[in-house]
Order: sequence, then C-alpha cells, then structure tokens
Amino acid sequence: MLSILVFLGLLAVIAAWWLAKQGIASKPWMEQGVAYDTREFSPAPSPAKIGFGVFLAVVGTLFALFISAYAMRMQLPDWRAPPIPQVVWLNTIMLILSSVALQGARTAARRDDADALKIGLAAGGLAALAFLSGQLLAWRQLMAEGYWLATNSADAFFYILTGVHGIHLLGGLIALASTGSQAWRGTPPQRLLLSVDLCATYWHFLLLVWLILLSVLIGWAGEVAAICRQLLT
Amino acid sequence: MVDVPLGPGTIIPAEIEDVELYHPKSWVTKYVFSQDAKVIAVQYAIVALSVGVVALVLSWLMRLQLGFPGVFSFIDANAYYQFITMHGMMMVVYVLTALFLGGFGNYLIPLMIGARDMVFPYVNMLSFWIYFLAVLVLVASFFAPGGPTGAGWTLYPPQAILSGTPGGQDWGIILMLVSLMIFIIGFTMGGLNYVVTVLQARTRGMTLMRMPLTVWGIFTASFMALLAFPALFVGCVMMLFDRALGTSFFVPSIVEMGQPLDRSGGSPLLFQHLFWFFGHPEVYIVALPAFGIVSDLISTHARRNIFGYRMMVWALLAIGALSFVVWAHHMYVSGMNPSFGFFFATTTLIIAIPTAIKVYNWILTLWRGDIHLTVPMLFALAFIITFVNGGLTGLFLGNVVVDVPLSDTMFVVAHFHMVMGVAPILVIFGAIYHWYPKVTGRMLNDTLGKLHFWVTFLGAYAIFFPMHYLGLMGVPRRYYEIGEMSFVPPSAHTLNAFITIVALVVGATQMVFVFNLIWSLRHGRVAGGNPWRATTLEWQTPETPPPHGNWGKEQPVVYRWAYDYNVPGAEQDFIPQNQPATNTLPLMGLAHA
Repeated sequence: MLSILVFLGLLAVIAAWWLAKQGIASKPWMEQGVAYDTREFSPAPSPAKIGFGVFLAVVGTLFALFISAYAMRMQLPDWRAPPIPQVVWLNTIMLILSSVALQGARTAARRDDADALKIGLAAGGLAALAFLSGQLLAWRQLMAEGYWLATNSADAFFYILTGVHGIHLLGGLIALASTGSQAWRGTPPQRLLLSVDLCATYWHFLLLVWLILLSVLIGWAGEVAAICRQLLT
Repeated sequence: MVDVPLGPGTIIPAEIEDVELYHPKSWVTKYVFSQDAKVIAVQYAIVALSVGVVALVLSWLMRLQLGFPGVFSFIDANAYYQFITMHGMMMVVYVLTALFLGGFGNYLIPLMIGARDMVFPYVNMLSFWIYFLAVLVLVASFFAPGGPTGAGWTLYPPQAILSGTPGGQDWGIILMLVSLMIFIIGFTMGGLNYVVTVLQARTRGMTLMRMPLTVWGIFTASFMALLAFPALFVGCVMMLFDRALGTSFFVPSIVEMGQPLDRSGGSPLLFQHLFWFFGHPEVYIVALPAFGIVSDLISTHARRNIFGYRMMVWALLAIGALSFVVWAHHMYVSGMNPSFGFFFATTTLIIAIPTAIKVYNWILTLWRGDIHLTVPMLFALAFIITFVNGGLTGLFLGNVVVDVPLSDTMFVVAHFHMVMGVAPILVIFGAIYHWYPKVTGRMLNDTLGKLHFWVTFLGAYAIFFPMHYLGLMGVPRRYYEIGEMSFVPPSAHTLNAFITIVALVVGATQMVFVFNLIWSLRHGRVAGGNPWRATTLEWQTPETPPPHGNWGKEQPVVYRWAYDYNVPGAEQDFIPQNQPATNTLPLMGLAHA
C-alpha cells in the first residue's frame, strides 16, 4: 500500500499548505467586523477549476490504489508478467503528441487565435484516438499470443490498468469533442479558454499517469523501488 | 473585542461570484428532477431513511433467529447470512453515508455558509439519481435468483464468490458489487460539490474559521470519502473480474465442493487491505459529520459558545488524516505480518487523542451552560455518552493481544454498533429534531420526541450492553446458531432472548418517529424563522422554509463566528452571524477568552 500512502501524503502536504494560508490559526472569537478574507486580495479560482483539481486528486487516488494492488499481487509466486507489445511505444508517442497539441490549443486560445485553436484541438483529439486504437491493438496482440484475462493475474492487470486509463481518456475525449464543436461553430476562443484549459491539464495529467503505469507494467518502477529499498536497508 | 478594520465603511453584500440558478418551471423540475440542494437533501433523506427501515427489519429477523433459534422455519442459515450482509452494507453505506453527506450536507452546507446553492446544481441532481439507481440495484438482489449475497458486509473473498455462500455463484454478489460501484460514482459527484461549495461559495466574511463545526465536519468527511471510496471501487472491480471473468486476483488455489477450481495464486489478504483502506476512513466519514452536528446542537441548546473552537477544527482535520493510517487494525487475525500489528495499534491509539480532545471540549461547553433539555439536546448528550462508551471498547480492540481473542466474538458487534451504529444515529435523530422546523416551517411534537428518545436511548443500551458480556464469555459472532457449547451457559441464551425482545420494541418505537415526521408536517406548531434562537446563518433566512436561492435579493454578510451565545452586555442571549459589529460591547472578546 506504499504507493497510495505516498500519494495521499503528497495530497496532505498540499492541503496543509493551503490551510495554513487560510488563517487556520486565527481566533475567530476575538474578531468582529468583516474579517480578513483572503479571497478579497486574491480571488479564488473558478468553481470549475477547483472542482477539477479535486477530481484529479480522486482519479490519482484511484490509480495509486490500482498500483498498490499491483505491487502487492506481483510478490506472489504465480506472477508471470506478459511481454509488452511493441505498439505500446508508438501509442506513448501518440499520447505525448496529443498532449503537446492541446498545449498548443491552450496557447492559441490565450492569443485569441481561432484557427490555431481549431488545429490544436483536432490534432489533439486525433492523436488521442490513435492512442486508444493502438491500445486496443496491443490488447489484440496479447490475446493472439495467448495472454488472456484469466491466464495470469499479471495479464489481467495489464488489461485492467490500460482499460481504466483508456476509459478516463475516453471521458476526456467527450469533453474535448464538445469544446471542439463549439470552436467550429465560431464561439470566440476567449470564451472557450476555460474548457480548453481544463482539457489540456487533463491530458497532461493522463499522460503522466500513463508514463507511471507504463513504468510499472514494464517493471522499471519495481526495479527503482528495489534499489530504494536496498539503499534504505 | 478586537475590531478588524479591514472592511470598507459600507459593506456591499455578496461580492463573490453567484451561481446561476436554473429556476424550476414545472412540478417535475421542482420536486423530482430538482436542482435545488434543499430538495435534493430531502430526497436523499427519504430514500436513506426508507433503506434504513428495510435494514431495521432485517436486523429484527436476525435477532429472531439469535433469540429463538429454530423457532422460525423461514430463517435458515443462508437467509440469516443474507440478512446480516444486507443489514450491514445498507446501514453503513446506503443509510449513514448517504444521510450525513447527501442529506445533511446538501441541506446545511449552502445555507450555513450563506450560499445560494451548491456550485454545480446539475451534477448535484445527477448525484442523487445515481444514488437512487444504486439503491434499486441493491434492492433488486432480493428478487434475483439465489437472493442477495450472504458474504458478510465485508464481502471477503474467496468465500464471497464461491458457491457455498448465498449469492456467491448467483446474482447476489454481482448486484452488490455493481450497486456499490454505482454508489461510488454518484457519491463522487456529490462529494465534489460539497467540497467545492465550501471552498468557493462562502458568502462575504465567512472565513474558514467562521464556519460552524457542522460544515467543517461534513467538509472534512466529504474530502475523506472522495479519497477512501476509490479503494472500495478498486476492490469491487477486481472482485467482479474474479467472479465474472475468471481472473485470480483474490482467489487462491482452492477446492470447492470437492472440485479443485481453475484458479491459483490469488491473495484474499489483498482484498482485505483494499476493503479496510476504505472501511476505516468510512467510520470517520460517518463520525465527523456527527461530531460537527453535535458541537452545534450542544452550543445552541446550552446557550454557550463552543469551547476550544480552533482545537475542534484541528482535531477534525487530525482525525481525518490519521484515519487513513489505521486500516489494518481490522486485520489482526488475518495472518498479516505481526510487526505491522504493532504499527497499526500505535496509530490507532494516537487517534484517540484528537477524539478525546473533542469529548472534553463538548463537556467543557456544557460546563455552566444554560442547558435546555430539548429533544435535540437529549440526543446530543446521549451521543456523547454512547460515543465514549463505544470508543473505550475501541481502545481494547485496538491492541493486538486483546483483539485476537475477542475478534470473532459478540464483543466486536457491541463495540462497533455503539460507536458507529447507535452513536451516529442518535445524532441523526437529534439533527432531524433540530432542523425539521427549518425544512418544514413546523416543530416536531415534543412529547412524541421525548418518548422516542427515551425508548431509543435506553433500549439501545439494553440491546448492546449485554453483548459485551456475551462476547467476553466467548459467544461467537457471525454464527447462525450457537447450539450447545460447553463455555456458553444457559443464561447466555436467556440474555439473547431478552436482547431480541428489546430490539423488537425499540425498532417498533421508530414508527413513533416516522408518525411524528408525517403528522407534524400539517399539525406541528408553527416554528417561525429561528425557533432555537440560534446564531448560524440557516436560521437567518428571510423566509422559512427557505425558497430556491435561499436568501432573496441579497446574500448575507458575516461579521462574526458561529458561537456568540450569552455574550455579556448583548441584548439577547445570542448574536446571529450576520449581525453587524457594534462598538457598545468593548469587552466581549475578554468574556470569551
């Protein structure tokens, strides 16, 4: 359960830092009048942004838990990790490109450049679709080689981790499609800034999650953990 | 009193961003698919209380078997385990969690922080309907072939998905897992709303440290639930794969009914880790809102400012954080590494410190207070006693050496029912008696309320207190029938029959409460806006019950904390949070200090 504890520890540090800024040590019973309200000096971000931040924390928790479960299950003697299909590397490049394209869309929206925004959104969406199709291809390759869900838990984990990640990306694609259709219907880029912003952040987040998942599935994460353990003992 | 001279000379209400409210146009959008947090709260409460009645009847059936074994032919071993499982899961997840967060959270958060509604009203509505769907799926398992699952509320594999367990190879376990997953998705939508509303939609002057403790409790619990429920979700997904797709996450090499199964290598312990990583925070997800609500009930009905407000907030946060590192104290007998036991016993005992701080502060709030023994106050006081009681046996069970012999006995049943069954339900009752006047505009009947209180409070002790003794004697829990065991004296059977009779009476008395809820809707005394003369914002709404949008034209402005009761020199014995500062009370701060 180490990975989930590390992740929650990180969240706790962020929460503590934020609470410290909110006057958590003030003495409200000594105050009267409109008290020092931090929001008057630096207005809080929009509800959508805060909500999105909390949502990312929840999704992060979900993946950290899956990785914890993976790490615990892999220590049992029957564990046989499947070979990682080569296409996964191409998929990773696609996801990186997708992220880069959406970052471009974000910059375009800030510059109020409608054409660049459309190109960025379309490229990001297509690359994400290519990633998802590539993941399905990887599944088919594994199945063709005889690594089914029930063959070994390591295989099952491959399908579950990639599947859960894919479903999250699919959800993101729905939001992206809605933003894209608005951009095509001529909504000014400034008004789409928030949704483009959130999409881009979500893509970067899912890219980070994917890179971590990949390192876990390949076994790099395990090796790093083993080295750390050796250093500590 | 220290005046904080930061506001401009004239105070303009509501400078923060407003929620754009969708105003309902028809009966359906006003009462069924409503986006008003208050209507959603009532919807949550009605569904959760209905599920509670079903769970109560299930506990009756269980008690009938334990009190009078063999008398009721329709309760066989399978049915008994199904009753246990559904009773536990319904009460913990679908009643307590839904009622505290979905019910009280929705009603109280926007009103208490001076907001017009939740920040995402549409998502809020979805959250309720997804919860409702989860309940339907759960209830459907009663009618599925093979009936509901009988795996115990902890759903431990591998037994949960094997044919020896009711529902294991039928639909029962599948419907349970699917229902839980739906519940978690729905809750995440609601939880995001509660957290973001507190963070973003507080009215002007409502700093975090001016929020009533009720809001702090619900806020902290919502955040915890957002981070804890994913563990259950992961466990459910993996078990569903094990059950439906033949994977071996949790199922080791096993022989079922003489046949070796086509599985190997799975780890039942892995599920237990995931389950309790959710399960222990869940205890505090239920307890923290109760802590918050009780603080407000006690302060209001003892006409006294809460003692140690800052410490109360810090304790809530500390309990919330610590509750994520104690989960394996539920697993001392699971065969995990014994040295882990030492670690988890230590963290478990540490969590007693912030909890004890809260209890002391409640008692010090009552000290020299002007205590009004109203029905909400009676329930709040009963909560303190019951929570201390259940908490103390928790200290026993938190220690490995004591837990190992007691773990599979009725002692544990007594402990967790006291601490997370009876105690939070007492708070729920107290809170309903307290806020019903705001929800409906009418008071609940006092005489019926007192009858309900005394029977419930004394009855709960008559039911659960003797169970401690049964447990110490070694009477096992989870057994369909104890039968003749040399260490179980005949008096234990008499005690079991006694408990059953009391349980039937206490359960039936809850109908008095239900009657009161319905009768008072029309015939209750008209409450007025602020019948308890309370300081917090929900009692200062221009109309009672508050309409959609809560505040009419202008949102309130907050000038003080939530606990200005019996301030020396003040005209009344309470000063509402939205009453502007005056210069006539120069020593008020000293009185509080």
